[in-house]
Amino acid sequence: MSFYLIVWAIIFSAASGFAGLFFKRRGRAARAGQIVCSFILVVACASGLVGSVRGLFEPASVSYILPWPSAGEPLVGLDPLSSFFLVLVFFVASLCSIYSLGYAPAERNPRTSRRSQLFFGLLVAGMALLLIARHALAFLVGWETMALSAYFLIVVEDGLLENRRAGFVYLVATHSGTLALFGMFTLWRAATGSFELSSAASMDGSALCGIVLLSLFGFGVKAGMIPLHFWLPGAHSASPSHVSALLSGVMLKMGIYGIVRMLSLLPVLGAFWGVLVLCLGAVSGVLGVAYALAQHDLKRLLAYHSVENIGIILMGLGLALLGRAWGRPEIVALAMAGCLLHVWNHALFKSLLFLGAGSVLKATGTRRIDRLGGLIKSMPWTAGFFIVGAVAICGLPPLNGFVSELFVYLGIFGSLSQTGTGAALIALAAPCLAMIGALAVACFVKATGATFLGVPRSPEAERGREASASMLVPMGILAAACVAIGLAPGLVSGALDAAVLSWNGGMALPGIASLAPLDYISCAGLSLVTAIAFVSLMLALRFARRRSGLCRSGPTWDCGYAVPTGRMQYTASSFARGLVLMFAWALKPSREPSKLQGVFPSSQEFETEVEDGVLSRVIAPCSRLLAKLSQRVRRFQQGLTQQYVLYILIALAVLLLTLFPVGGVRAVP
Amino acid sequence: MMIIHIIVLFALPPLLLGVINKTKAAFAGRRGPPLLQVYYDIAKLLRKGLVVSDTTSWVFLAGPVVTLVAVAMAGLIVPFGASPAPLSFAGDMIFFAYLFGLSRFFTTAAALDTGSAFEGMGSAREATFACLTEPALFFVFIALAKQTGSFSLARMLGSGLLLSDAPVAASIVLMCVGLFIVLLTENSRIPVDDPTTHLELTMIHEAMILDHSGPLLGLIEYSASMKLLVLESVLISLALPFGSRLAVIDSCVFVAEALFLSAAVGVVESAMARLRMRRVPYLLTGALLLCGSGFILLVR
Repeated sequence: MSFYLIVWAIIFSAASGFAGLFFKRRGRAARAGQIVCSFILVVACASGLVGSVRGLFEPASVSYILPWPSAGEPLVGLDPLSSFFLVLVFFVASLCSIYSLGYAPAERNPRTSRRSQLFFGLLVAGMALLLIARHALAFLVGWETMALSAYFLIVVEDGLLENRRAGFVYLVATHSGTLALFGMFTLWRAATGSFELSSAASMDGSALCGIVLLSLFGFGVKAGMIPLHFWLPGAHSASPSHVSALLSGVMLKMGIYGIVRMLSLLPVLGAFWGVLVLCLGAVSGVLGVAYALAQHDLKRLLAYHSVENIGIILMGLGLALLGRAWGRPEIVALAMAGCLLHVWNHALFKSLLFLGAGSVLKATGTRRIDRLGGLIKSMPWTAGFFIVGAVAICGLPPLNGFVSELFVYLGIFGSLSQTGTGAALIALAAPCLAMIGALAVACFVKATGATFLGVPRSPEAERGREASASMLVPMGILAAACVAIGLAPGLVSGALDAAVLSWNGGMALPGIASLAPLDYISCAGLSLVTAIAFVSLMLALRFARRRSGLCRSGPTWDCGYAVPTGRMQYTASSFARGLVLMFAWALKPSREPSKLQGVFPSSQEFETEVEDGVLSRVIAPCSRLLAKLSQRVRRFQQGLTQQYVLYILIALAVLLLTLFPVGGVRAVP
Repeated sequence: MMIIHIIVLFALPPLLLGVINKTKAAFAGRRGPPLLQVYYDIAKLLRKGLVVSDTTSWVFLAGPVVTLVAVAMAGLIVPFGASPAPLSFAGDMIFFAYLFGLSRFFTTAAALDTGSAFEGMGSAREATFACLTEPALFFVFIALAKQTGSFSLARMLGSGLLLSDAPVAASIVLMCVGLFIVLLTENSRIPVDDPTTHLELTMIHEAMILDHSGPLLGLIEYSASMKLLVLESVLISLALPFGSRLAVIDSCVFVAEALFLSAAVGVVESAMARLRMRRVPYLLTGALLLCGSGFILLVR
């Protein structure tokens, strides 16, 4: 039953965008078309959500064998691990779709609206399809549907060169990833004898190594782990905000799903692989947040934060692999629960933050943090939701980010009791995670402070006005989900247990509720909230009772400076400067300094920029080299048909010459 | 037991600041303010009116409130010397560290809310230095968890590791030095920050709270002193593990130790000058490395 609900959801969400094609591009008809599309998608997602939540609690996994195209092998199926990710896809997609009604109303965007609805639906369907795939073919169909729809969504605003570039970089990256996946599935076929994705009990060592490396590469590109993250910042800032929310919140998780799924199918790996994944996660985490700190663009900043969170997710996964290699079920359970819960949590708060950034962008028309400011006055609800998301993404109690990070921490602390050479060094991940947390606080104080607090820094920022209800409601729901998981982690413990068990191939594991102090987290979180409310109430009562001039307002004191302006505020760039310098070895910030000359220097410009290290220092030089080498080959291309016929002739002659002796010697049986 | 803990947590903190001030005065050859001066100050501030900047929003008010609650909560998790903590669960040290993160988020955001360059500068420094002190704290946590096999602050700290065999004691000593630097930094004392200046470009905490007045300032002063007590109690439980079986005596011993440590902070403040701001990260990296070496020594 739940499986059919999901299949219906996939079909209808794929079809949802086509409905819009029957409506006119302009005017009220276009608006009606957009509402119809969105309605179909939301209904489809609701049915999928019901199906996937039910699927989480159905113990036995099911798979469906179709006569075609994978004769005799299961094509699609459902188990709690798939359901866990499906919940995410349907939940976030429906909210983003509702948000788009207010964010990109069809009558204002006649050129792009129908296109973006079409590919939005296809993206959702593609992701859901790859999640239920049990056969390499179905998986790749879903994967490519997702990858290509995402491309068309990234370049929806194709009038800007920047967006077309970001789209191209994404396309190259995603197809290199897919190429690795083709190789991976070929190896899989060679090792297990079929394209079916079912667990392999034993496997040849070299094949295993190849499969793990190729899937780490292929899926790692999609997940955005460092150093394969280079497509991510550009793509996320180029696409419309409701799409960025879906890409960052959900599509990156498909890469994580791929790695998680392949690792659950493979036999138990050695401790080395766990350490590798853990290190990749730690590097992605620290450098991701360091790059985020250096950004001047709100959406690029959020995009780099996805890299950081993917790092935390990978740290959990690496630790779970280590736990498996060591035969320590409690580490496996804790670390995997941390990994999977962070997948959910990151989807919730990152989509919330991207939607908030979208509201800011729509109201002010700029993403540059240093031109914003003071928006909490004109956009109080957006600001409030953004702050909830910011506290959550920093992993601070009492919100959801804390719970998943706590699970990972507990897994790390669990590894301390492991004996063996170097096993205790795994615990170095804990200070790493602490550093990521502190950097994230700095980064989000910078983003929140410069965007919403203080006074407007530019005329654009003064234009801010509150987003419409259709944009606020999805953000409110996401914020509520963040609070709910943070205050009552017991709500999701059942889902986590089911998914972790399904990942571990059904082998018995202790439940998360018995390993982590879920009740204490709830109690502590609730008392934190109550105490804050109590102290605020006392303050409010004190000033409400005796109103006689006790609470006055005036200009900011600012050490007595009389006429401060918005431009005199501390900027986001200055805020981050200390930390950017601390990480200058990795970030290599470029400065365009200007020398002040004369007694009365004229106005000067000053600029600092941090480019993506991998893209600007590895990928770009390599592609330039490749282009240069290709120049040499160009002389063979003259455009003369006769010449091509000549090439064919030469090729045939060479082939005949090389084949001739072989054919001659071969004995005929 | 719990009652004593809570009374100490809420009543003692301002006295510690009084002790620091008295020590500094003694070094400077002054008589100094009365020991209870900080209590009077806070009481007076709480009775006063409030001036709020036009540019601010609710975040400005949230800063002091969240800080007070977070620090008080952290105070419930940490053991006071030999007497155990009222609230204790597996992984509570992570909650403990992240409570400080929560208070830092809202303090720094409240500073940015005023739109003043001074306060922005202070909050940037606060956020920057925490990126080095937090990992140092976690080095201590993993080292203690490794040694005691326990994941809760009360049992990790209260096990008297300093009195065990030499290598363990050596690493504990290293970590205590590191923790002392963390304590000085987190409480904005010399050599990192100067709590007595208001108008210098090199300040951190005092810069962030320039625009808070009246009861809000009172709350901030109070929670700052409470934070001093909480971090001192981490150090005390680790470095001065003296306890008896009687709760009352234990508490008295703890109070005496806390006063002694505050006097030590006062001595450091009197004997040292504030570092230049760009030197501070080196000091903090030093603390981080000390704690890290402590851990490496333990796991060898």
